[in-house]
Amino acid sequence: MEAKIGTRNIKSIFFKGIIVFFAFLITVPLIIVLLYIIKQGASQINWRFLSHVPAPVGETGGGIINALVGSFIMVMLAAVVAIPVGMAAGIYLSENPRTRLAYYTGLCVDILQGVPSIVVGIVVYFWLVKPLGTFSALSGSAALAIMMLPIVIRSTEQTLKLLPDSLKEAALSLGVPYHRVILKVIVPCGFAGILSGITLSIARVIGETAPLLFTAFGNPYLSGSITKPMESLPHLIFTYATSPYDDWHNLAWGASFILLVFVLTLNIITKVMTRKWKVQL
Amino acid sequence: MESTIVRAENYNAYFGDNHVVKDVNISINKNEVIAVMGPSGCGKTTFLRGINRMHELIPGATAKGKILLDGQNVYDMNAIYVRAKIGMVFQRPNPFPNLSIYENVIAGYLLNGIKVSKADKDVIVEKSLTSAALWKEVKDSLHKKGTFLSGGQQQRLCIARAIAMQPELILFDEPTSALDPISTSSVEALFHELKANYTLIIVTHNMQQAARVSDRTAFFYMGELVEFDDTKQMFTNPTDQRTQNYITGRFS
Amino acid sequence: MENKRLELSNSQLKWETLFKRILIAMSVLLLLIVLGVFVTLVIESLPSIKALGIGYLWGKVWDPVQNIYGAYPFLLGTLLTSFIALIISIPFSYAIAIYLGEYNPKGWLSDLLKNTVELIAAVPSIIYGFWGLFVLVPLIRTLEIKLGILPYGIGIFTASIILAVMIIPYGASLGITLIRMVPSPLKEGAYALGATRWEVIRSVIMPYTRSGLFAGVLLSLGRALGETMAVTMLIGNTSAIGDSFKNIIFGPSNTMASVIANEFTEADHTEYLSALIELGLVLFLVTVVINLIGKRIITKFTNN
Repeated sequence: MEAKIGTRNIKSIFFKGIIVFFAFLITVPLIIVLLYIIKQGASQINWRFLSHVPAPVGETGGGIINALVGSFIMVMLAAVVAIPVGMAAGIYLSENPRTRLAYYTGLCVDILQGVPSIVVGIVVYFWLVKPLGTFSALSGSAALAIMMLPIVIRSTEQTLKLLPDSLKEAALSLGVPYHRVILKVIVPCGFAGILSGITLSIARVIGETAPLLFTAFGNPYLSGSITKPMESLPHLIFTYATSPYDDWHNLAWGASFILLVFVLTLNIITKVMTRKWKVQL
Repeated sequence: MESTIVRAENYNAYFGDNHVVKDVNISINKNEVIAVMGPSGCGKTTFLRGINRMHELIPGATAKGKILLDGQNVYDMNAIYVRAKIGMVFQRPNPFPNLSIYENVIAGYLLNGIKVSKADKDVIVEKSLTSAALWKEVKDSLHKKGTFLSGGQQQRLCIARAIAMQPELILFDEPTSALDPISTSSVEALFHELKANYTLIIVTHNMQQAARVSDRTAFFYMGELVEFDDTKQMFTNPTDQRTQNYITGRFS
Repeated sequence: MENKRLELSNSQLKWETLFKRILIAMSVLLLLIVLGVFVTLVIESLPSIKALGIGYLWGKVWDPVQNIYGAYPFLLGTLLTSFIALIISIPFSYAIAIYLGEYNPKGWLSDLLKNTVELIAAVPSIIYGFWGLFVLVPLIRTLEIKLGILPYGIGIFTASIILAVMIIPYGASLGITLIRMVPSPLKEGAYALGATRWEVIRSVIMPYTRSGLFAGVLLSLGRALGETMAVTMLIGNTSAIGDSFKNIIFGPSNTMASVIANEFTEADHTEYLSALIELGLVLFLVTVVINLIGKRIITKFTNN
């Protein structure tokens, strides 16, 4: 009997060891990737890099300002559309969970969440690029907005569902109309969760390349026009990384570093925000 | 001088097909404290919420008949207006967690975007908190959020919030059932003081509370208003057998 | 005061109705978007569907110059990369889920691991692809030389590795949620009978979460199928199919997503473009079905 228990215990410890090993092994690729990007990319950052457009092949001294500005404009434009629409749909879903519209909308959110980003790009090509006759930042933003929607909707819905009904009742009983109850009580109480959903969706979309391949396309020049093609960080990385020129590779490394810093910062901000702004219920 | 403030005429309430409040006729006078008691599921809370039109906010909930507030049928009036005119205090204290104590008291104005001068706001806040016997305890922390308050204090904050709207009628839905005994008695003492300026209708699960605080008591059973009488009378010599059974504890 | 109050309430009623209508409209907008995606894909694939019929799905040749289109190479590439990635990732996802769900749900070490996993999910796929191109590919090339295979470096195997890393967080986070849902009484009963930690995991937790974990696999698969950029950069962009299993796995290929990414802007005639869109339609339908099945299993599991 003693030996049996002994071997069972050893087995238990052995399997725990395997599990711990595999679990923590995952940190290795992350560290390798991060370190490599930092090593290759950080050295590229200087004022010239941040303020110039890419240099033509053969010349050194280019920068990525067109991509920086482009990403900023397109993501902001996408957010301006996706945030109100997403929040509205999220509010509807949390307020009317048992209607048929809620069922089908929820289904569509799940579908949209799983649609490959390249498919979104294809569709927006036919919706906006072909009719307008040109690649454009507008179509790029549209594709990004579509990708942001499921994240904003789900986080709004889930945050608001956690709020107790008594909050709504208190406001309604004071003679506050429904829209003010939602906008002045419910949404502010769920602010932390909703905001974190928004920042997460931005962090997700700022690194998306596929939806921009045939919508915003890319632009070697600095452009502020939303009806013309526009460069973006991930697209620049893609184009220059797959080119045969070392100078362009360097630009891509620098851009990767900046993109990584953005994305990681946004994720950290999200975590801090959720903790700080959580309304004590 | 008696004057009717609330009168229900053949009032019925439903949840879908479920007939929860059956043909209630009742007349309540100004400055009365009315207790509404009965066993679980008897429809007393549903009836209460029909008065300020909170009942219909539940999906599938409907009502028939009239409830007259100062002679006007609330079901012919603007529901938002009705709710603003009638105050309500709930079973679980529910101050707004994103607002300070000060803001909670004037929430009825704040959330509606009604412009009130700072001086007037201060007056309303102080008066309401005083009437709710909470002023002394919170006057130095008005701009903090109310999460540090005890259950009893939070409930009194909710009462202050309701009073700030200057209603004539305040509805209470089992207001002390979530409170400890000490807080309960402080709220019950409040009923006595509020009576001078307001009419109170208090749904309670607690017979003894009904006997303690009210002028008249209404007894609901299975959706019907079985008996409505002077409180002393009802508890010493009830007319209906069902009331007698309830009071003597045959069911609860 | 009373009149002003009444006026206010009356105007508020109108805004109330407007607000409720806006909420409904935005939800309907979402329906329209998804419907629109599907309809657009179908309409634009129609020329190809009409011309090539169902044989398109197992046609082995993809030659735009001669207008011959067969999706089989890309179906193969997609399935191979996804399944190999799944196989590689499952032990890791499981291990993380079991560790964070059962062994060590709280504490600084568990937070560290949790944050690491979330970080992996946060890194954009283009960065994985870029890194893979410059670090992983040379490594694989050396490996291939040692194994006596043509040292492409790029190919299905390389793409699968990167894909595996990218889908681990999805399986892991779902697994953690599921494992945490195992009711304590069940586990405590087993411990009370003298079971060791591992025995409880193997005979209580794993069976209990089996269907949920299967759903996790499905959702990870759905994610892998749609992944584009990292795969595009590492898979080699060729429509030819290798002649032996070894050459297929270690040779260049294409997935449905990567061929669209590579050739969409070059498609200059209708049949070409339409054939590519049809690939997009297939991709759309497959990922939608897999995701919905996965989500349905999970809702059923969590409602139990």
